[in-house]
Amino acid sequence: MAGMFAGPQEMMGYSFNTAPTSASEPRQHSFYPYTDNGGSTLGISGADFTIMAGDTRSTSGYSINSRHVPKLFLIGGEGPKNKGARIVLSVVGFAADGDALKEKLDKEVKMYKYQHGKPMTVSACAQRLSHILYNKRFFPYYVHAILGGIDEEGKGALYSYDPVGSYEREQCRAAGAASSLIMPFLDNQVNFKNHHIPGSGEGHDLKPVVATPLPKETVIELVRDAFTSAVERHIEVGDGLQMMILTKDGVEEQLLPLKKD
Amino acid sequence: MNHFPQAWGRPRDDIYGHYNSSYLQTANPTQHTQSPVVTGTSVVAIKYKDGVVIAADNLASYGSLARFTDVKRLRKFNSSTVLGFGGDVSDMQYLDRLLNDLDVKENYSHADDEASQLSANNLHTYLSKVMYKRRTDFNPLWNHILVAGISSESEPFLASVDLLGTTFSSPSLATGYGAHLAQPIMRKLVPDEEAVKGISKEQAVDVVKECMKVLFYRDARSMDGYSIAVISKEGIEIKENEKLENQSWQFAERIRGYGTQVN
Repeated sequence: MAGMFAGPQEMMGYSFNTAPTSASEPRQHSFYPYTDNGGSTLGISGADFTIMAGDTRSTSGYSINSRHVPKLFLIGGEGPKNKGARIVLSVVGFAADGDALKEKLDKEVKMYKYQHGKPMTVSACAQRLSHILYNKRFFPYYVHAILGGIDEEGKGALYSYDPVGSYEREQCRAAGAASSLIMPFLDNQVNFKNHHIPGSGEGHDLKPVVATPLPKETVIELVRDAFTSAVERHIEVGDGLQMMILTKDGVEEQLLPLKKD
Repeated sequence: MNHFPQAWGRPRDDIYGHYNSSYLQTANPTQHTQSPVVTGTSVVAIKYKDGVVIAADNLASYGSLARFTDVKRLRKFNSSTVLGFGGDVSDMQYLDRLLNDLDVKENYSHADDEASQLSANNLHTYLSKVMYKRRTDFNPLWNHILVAGISSESEPFLASVDLLGTTFSSPSLATGYGAHLAQPIMRKLVPDEEAVKGISKEQAVDVVKECMKVLFYRDARSMDGYSIAVISKEGIEIKENEKLENQSWQFAERIRGYGTQVN
């Protein structure tokens, strides 16, 4: 009986196909659906504020696409200009996926307000973003996202993500092309890694400095230093620095120049 | 008795040999564009104080063969926008039909209402969604498109979208080889949005013509016949049969083995 289902290459066969032949096997695709648009982002949260920042250069290979393509987006609020928004999303990596992710999250945060009659909290928005990313687990949004806001207790909130939705609340995070240059600087200056109290002991007895939330002015200076340094050492970072300062009063946006070389 | 009704009345393989049914096969996987075939090269565009200038040559290449020499790669959309297509020409023609349908639909809903016409930024958003959807389906439209026109805020608008759905906007833009050869020339004139306000139409047209010349000198897939369009609030001026002027091939004399000088 098994011979009756045999393919054309066997002796006893039929003049029609009973099983898929080699012609219908999947073909090798040469189209690669991702690219890297460079750039870097960073977020730092304080006691009652969060600062998000990103450079505005967009690259493909060694070419600069544009000197002003923002990577920071307001999420929620009213209308297409996101009036009164209290949450900021930063995305770095593949810009087209970043835009798609931003639009999806923005839409869902706005729908939440229509359906529940209250704005979404940052923690709820953070979890929703994780789900949106994980929903495309097997064809991911190729981006490193950072979400910033003010939590229900009025403290600065910062969440960072990997492309498939793993997330964590942190004090600070750098992402993108120059993340490996910026993150160690932040570890040292924000979380006081490798800071010790002088003369507090020898070797292992040396007491580490306990990290405390930094004032806003200090954090702004750190962000500017981080980016001016990254520009010197990474070719995909430069042109402009977009900063969003989130407080209980709302979001203040700043645009500062960076080196254009 | 044979229990397969499909086999009844058909020639038996053991008597007549295997029936070659290859021409009947319909179960092949759907074919997607995996690489472009007939292609257009660079598109260049620059903003000036009242509008945008955009240009592309009239060549459609088949690999290194200059196959079609009268293909118009600039496309007008209503009275506010001109699109410049680089990349696959058949995908450009598909998008042209898609945009024609869109234009007809728009005219049915509000033909006499000037304010609610699709503006350049609306069209750019639409195209970017089409392009991103197609790349997500692994069936890309193999183009890099420049959208030049007047925005909803009556400002000059220039933005780009490519086969991956990547979008960006800048005072000057160029696709393909133009990104390497023409962009540095145009960026000298308009380094930022502030500089755009000091540029006249004549300056913009001159620099675009200069860029087309440089591209013809150095891009092997280019041609000296080109189209150029100027979009402003007053409307669209489009010239589709321009020729490059004041070419100077004197530099070629100095290239070893190029001209009369051998070795």
